Amino acid sequence: MSERPGSERIYERLMRAARREFYESVSVDPTVAGLLEKAERDGVETAWHRYLAQQPQCGFGLLGVCCRNCNMGPCRIDPFGYGPQRGVCGATADTIVARNLMRMLAAGAAAHSDHARDIVEVFKGIPEGWAKDYQIRDEEKLRGIARALGIEVEGRDALEIAREVAEVLEWEFGKPGEEPLRLVEAYAPKKRREVWRRVGIMPRAIDREITEIMHRTHMGVDADPLSLIAQGLRCALADGWSGSMMATLLSDVLFGTPRPLRATANLGVIREDAVNILVHGHNPVLSVKIAEAAEDPELSKMARDLGAEGGINVVGMCCTGNEILMRMGIPVAGNMLQQELAIATGALEAVVVDYQCIMPAIVDVASCYHTKVITTEPKAHIPGAIHVEFDKARAMETAREIVRIAVENFKNRNPERVMIPEEKCELVAGFSVEAILEALGGTLDPLADALKSGKIKGIVGIVGCVNPKVRHDHGHVTLTRELIKRDILIVGTGCWAIAMGKHGLLLPEAAEMAGPGLREVCEALGIPPALHMGSCVDCSRMLIALGALADHLGVDIPDLPAAGSAPEWMSEKAVSIGSYFVASGLLVHLGTVPPVLGSKKVVEILTERAEGLVGGRFFVEPDPVKAARVIADHIAEKRRALGWPE
Amino acid sequence: MAAPPTHLEYLIYVDPERCVGCRSCEIACAVEHSASRDLFGAVLEEPRPRPRNKVVPAAGVYVPMRCMHCDPAPCVEACPTGAMKRTDEGFVVSDVERCIGCRTCLLACPFGHPTYDLTMKVVKCDHCVDRFREGLPPACVEACPTGALRYGRAEEILDMEKVRRAAEMVLGVAEAAVVYARPRRVPRSPLAELRRMYEEVRWWE
Repeated sequence: MSERPGSERIYERLMRAARREFYESVSVDPTVAGLLEKAERDGVETAWHRYLAQQPQCGFGLLGVCCRNCNMGPCRIDPFGYGPQRGVCGATADTIVARNLMRMLAAGAAAHSDHARDIVEVFKGIPEGWAKDYQIRDEEKLRGIARALGIEVEGRDALEIAREVAEVLEWEFGKPGEEPLRLVEAYAPKKRREVWRRVGIMPRAIDREITEIMHRTHMGVDADPLSLIAQGLRCALADGWSGSMMATLLSDVLFGTPRPLRATANLGVIREDAVNILVHGHNPVLSVKIAEAAEDPELSKMARDLGAEGGINVVGMCCTGNEILMRMGIPVAGNMLQQELAIATGALEAVVVDYQCIMPAIVDVASCYHTKVITTEPKAHIPGAIHVEFDKARAMETAREIVRIAVENFKNRNPERVMIPEEKCELVAGFSVEAILEALGGTLDPLADALKSGKIKGIVGIVGCVNPKVRHDHGHVTLTRELIKRDILIVGTGCWAIAMGKHGLLLPEAAEMAGPGLREVCEALGIPPALHMGSCVDCSRMLIALGALADHLGVDIPDLPAAGSAPEWMSEKAVSIGSYFVASGLLVHLGTVPPVLGSKKVVEILTERAEGLVGGRFFVEPDPVKAARVIADHIAEKRRALGWPE
Repeated sequence: MAAPPTHLEYLIYVDPERCVGCRSCEIACAVEHSASRDLFGAVLEEPRPRPRNKVVPAAGVYVPMRCMHCDPAPCVEACPTGAMKRTDEGFVVSDVERCIGCRTCLLACPFGHPTYDLTMKVVKCDHCVDRFREGLPPACVEACPTGALRYGRAEEILDMEKVRRAAEMVLGVAEAAVVYARPRRVPRSPLAELRRMYEEVRWWE
């Protein structure tokens, strides 16, 4: 009997060690393990727990061979070949996989473009006079857009120009006829447009391309995987070169074109002595106003009176975090998988969300603490959240109302349940195309010379999400380190950019980790080896940069020593981004496997045949070290073809 | 008159290599053990029907785990009230009326099979004994879309298994102590390929 307490202690120790291993295995971010442990102690479940509870995930879904597009189904194709090889309608695995993937792509393009639609609405509200709390901050950019669209700017004032630009851009969504999208004509390089015309994938209108995918994938319409994927590429181009592009261009006009600035990242930006407001989602129309409202002296005083000596601390998450990080220097608390952990610090008074990548689970997590989740968008309600509809006509007033809810909630914080990680890291963000040009001295020549001489071997754009299927941040950090080591300059957006910020790769000092050539260039220009270009709609900035570089060198985008990558992608938006990169002529690496392995033909089209059609193709490799090798080989090959030294 | 068939004459054959982890067998099991025996009815029932089987990821494949209907069965031996008993056909079933909820059977089971539920007490696989009596295969087998679960006369299944194992030995993919066979490449299934791709970066399993 005397042995029992001892053996129980051993058992407890073993159990603790097993949990510890779990906490430490899910992420390379130093804040995650400790907060995951706290979350469990507090009875909070996270995406990692739910991911494990979902195992095994259905193989039909993983392979893309389950079809639910009509009510004769659901149908499934047996991947082992013993069972049915066709759905009730006769659709093969090839048809089903292609249809499913295109529906993902359409949803992604819809999400980006609908975000753009909301920004155009506000932008148009300025000349119309009702969007009183928004201004044209970057008139030069507005004039540039107008000129690119062929709109007369001489002798006209900003409001007049804005009115006409808004009309043209609004028309992008649903314009009739076969004419290409205006932004595509305005911004895509001529060589690219010729390819798209030849292949028959020149996008006509954003909503139309999305609608056409929904039509083609309806029961009994398009059964040919190649034809389906071609329409997917057309839809993706409508997103990249028009929908997302519009969101970026107009956000710059409304809130300022980003310029390099210093800020901090990771959960350590949450402050014990302040009212903490986390803005999470995607659209700066909301987050910028929340950040401005937090500066309101009356609300700050109210916070101090309630005992929050540090006043009001707005921090960002996901892409709206990137939007205010790169324009206002607002600290960013983390990327997508950290949304629950941020609440588990016990120190958030409010989580203010708009749309995209907001896990409905945050309401359950918040219910374990005093945190209030505030939804603001008519199209994104979450049961259990407080809904304060964000009225763009009285934006500051609504923003102040939301901030006030957070401030008043400070008194409900239980200090005993607060645990804020210490980790935060400095970063430099805000490398818009304009800022990169400025850093280069106003011309692309220094970059072109560095590429030609081989100081910089190539450029890789890394984007996208984080995903519990793979170690959080591991793919982003490893791939970036491996590539900069090989003198490859990295540009990127989204959750990648936040991961980089947290791991110190967005600092000029990180040039030490780069190869000698890239290091020299970075040190000469005072820039980091990995450049934060913005939020996920800002992948359009990379398109502009690549187009400009190709034009400058007198080549087409596929000739450039460049590639794209989404090492930890999960969202449908990433399917659209990856596809518009491919259609724009890039090799695109995917670090999580898309649901396509059920069809050899679809895999072949995406990874081989696409190159012959549009110059770009996908390749899939979860291991970031191996992926870096493939990308570096691809870049070496492109350099050889250009006659540049390897 | 011939004797009624017994469990010894029939086998459920589990082939993890064919399991895609869709859990159709779990749903079919819950429906079969519901009052309505109909999917759309079962989802509305209280208490909600539970599956007796469970697909678990293990050793790189998915394994649909179920009761092995052991003989002698440790759960039957361990049960203090006789609630855990054997049907005439030889299937191990639990009698909710006699179950006192001591859960000794949970500990006794070498396969982690029975589960405990407040209202239904011990819940376990009954090998769809009602269906068996009608000459039907168990619901889980019927629901399996890929043949990862198969059902038939023991002799036929074992013969089939002999043929498969023989092929594996000849192909060099199975361990064989006294047979030497030159290895030949066996095509991978797309699911096995998917699992292999994540080997380097998976944080779990």
